[in-house]
Amino acid sequence: MDFLTIIQVLDSTVRLATPLLLACLAGLFSERAGIFDIGLEGKMLAAAFFSAAIAAMTGSVWLGLLAGIAASLFLSGIHGLASITFRGNQLISGVAINFLAAGMTVLIAQSWFKQGGRTPSLMSEGRFNPIELPFAEALSDVPFLGPIYSELISGHSILVYVALAAVPATWWILFRTRFGLRLRAVGENPAAVDTAGVSVVGLRFAAVAICGVLCGIAGAYLATGLQAGFVKDMTAGRGFIALAALIFAKWRPWYALSACLLFGFLQAIALRYQNIDLGAFTVPVQVMDALPYILTVVILAGFVGKAVPPRAGGEPYVKER
Amino acid sequence: MEKMPAWADAVLVPIISLLLAAILSALVIVAIGEDPVAAVKLMVQGSLGSTYGWGYTLYYATNFMFTGLAVAVAFHARMFNIGGEGQAMLGGLGVAVVCLYMPWPHWSLALIFATLSAAAFGAAWAFLPAYLQAKRGSHIVITTIMFNFIAAALLNYLLVNVMRPKGSMDPATAKFPETTHLPTLHDILEPFGIAFSKAAPANVSLIVAIIACVAVYFLIWRTRLGYEIRAFGHSESGAKYAGISPVKITVVAMLISGGLAGMMAINNVMGEGERLIMNSTEGAGFIGIAVALMGRSHPFGVFLAAILFGFLYQGGAELALWTSIPRELIVVIQALVILFTGALDNMVRMPLEKLFLMFRKGDA
Repeated sequence: MDFLTIIQVLDSTVRLATPLLLACLAGLFSERAGIFDIGLEGKMLAAAFFSAAIAAMTGSVWLGLLAGIAASLFLSGIHGLASITFRGNQLISGVAINFLAAGMTVLIAQSWFKQGGRTPSLMSEGRFNPIELPFAEALSDVPFLGPIYSELISGHSILVYVALAAVPATWWILFRTRFGLRLRAVGENPAAVDTAGVSVVGLRFAAVAICGVLCGIAGAYLATGLQAGFVKDMTAGRGFIALAALIFAKWRPWYALSACLLFGFLQAIALRYQNIDLGAFTVPVQVMDALPYILTVVILAGFVGKAVPPRAGGEPYVKER
Repeated sequence: MEKMPAWADAVLVPIISLLLAAILSALVIVAIGEDPVAAVKLMVQGSLGSTYGWGYTLYYATNFMFTGLAVAVAFHARMFNIGGEGQAMLGGLGVAVVCLYMPWPHWSLALIFATLSAAAFGAAWAFLPAYLQAKRGSHIVITTIMFNFIAAALLNYLLVNVMRPKGSMDPATAKFPETTHLPTLHDILEPFGIAFSKAAPANVSLIVAIIACVAVYFLIWRTRLGYEIRAFGHSESGAKYAGISPVKITVVAMLISGGLAGMMAINNVMGEGERLIMNSTEGAGFIGIAVALMGRSHPFGVFLAAILFGFLYQGGAELALWTSIPRELIVVIQALVILFTGALDNMVRMPLEKLFLMFRKGDA
């Protein structure tokens, strides 16, 4: 494997890790506030469809992004209504949201575009195009560092950089602001937050809304950045890989970045090589597909460090009277 | 004092939830420019209007009975087994192994052993998540989701690299031998002089599914184990105090649940496909969630809800065939049913409880 191949694999790692990272941070906000969210997949899918559909109709990718975020926020609203207001089962609500998105996107796509549940392919102004960072062209001939800068760091769409910037932003919000402290507290001990006179319901809705926005960007990136248009079930389990990454990262932002890069790397390898020949034996491509899930089960089993979820996660809060 | 009579809880709440889901689905159909009344007519005609339609409705219903029971048993122990899909896939593997690699003189023997093997494979796939939940506290919902994906990858590997017959491009096993083919409802009903469509896939597994419903009823309400499962589901600390081992109940309940999900394979793999293909489960494991919620985790409720979803599935296929409404409409209906009967249960229940309390005050 030569140097350029490595750069290319890492380059596609970054691209593939971006939607995972955004969805993973989305889940982080929600679960840190005590709302389990297995509906990341559905929210991404809905956002992917609406961003592609609106971008195809208006020709503006930014309007598409807004539409994607709006769709994702709408589903977040349902999740909040079910799990915060009516104190329903958060997991069941998540399952319902995944199916709702899977069905509705195809139904609406068929009704609007009549192309068998997909949107038309997006032309260049309907997509987030790669941005060349300054001097990328000029520096590309510099040995070693040149290709790293021009191929790997430069030349991604804006949403990739947004996702990377979201990591320190998330860390800062959660661990350096009053809002973040309260948000984490509401996931650990909502009664204490309530006693302090801060609204549990308000905080949890805020967390669910942030989750919706981030899932919306993730979905929009899938349909308008990574690919050119929406196809049926295009999230293909990414929401669940993001969930796995969240557990792998033990609900922490910087760990989330490394977990998503790792899982993105596995996807990039699986995409590039079918079966990996290690001399003595061959690693079939299916192992690469299953590895994120296997690793997560191992982490969950507590064999490699213990993943402790927020204590009040999944529990609806009932105010004492 | 109970806020609502038992019948209202068991019948009224699901029916109102279903009505809400139906109204919203009708609005969706209107929104995509189709006529909901005509759609319902077409669905009823296509799924209940002929023995061919009934054959498909009952075929789907058989799948959903197994997966619905699987989710229901886990619900009784207050666990959410979202891994029915993966367990059913592994059940398919169990059926394929029995049918392909062992000679069978008669289908009835093959059916018995295939059922056992499917249940064993499904249960085995549920064992690790159950054990991890019981011993290490890993959340069963997350682990069973992960196991669904691992099952898909495993099956993909086995079908592409191991079990595919030489020279075939299809990622599927060879056809099962003739002696393992199950009699369809046509074959069963013919001696009684009842004409039933030859082409429909409903088969003898339906009877196995009904037996499973009855067996689960007896297990949950008439045996010591069932009592322990329910006690554990109501209160873990209470069950512990009564000397019930949480580890044992968690694992046993999940093994039963996984086994039931795995048993679905005798219907779709042995009865219909007669070979193991990729994605033979077609999401039936997830529909089990809707079926169990709708049926209030009671075997009879699951039986009725499974037939309802069988009707929706066959009706949806007919819609996709004759109108421009895609099959995904059923996924939307399924999502709405899960939403209203599961997550938004309180939204339906709270006003009803208030209503009943009002009436009761009026009586007193």
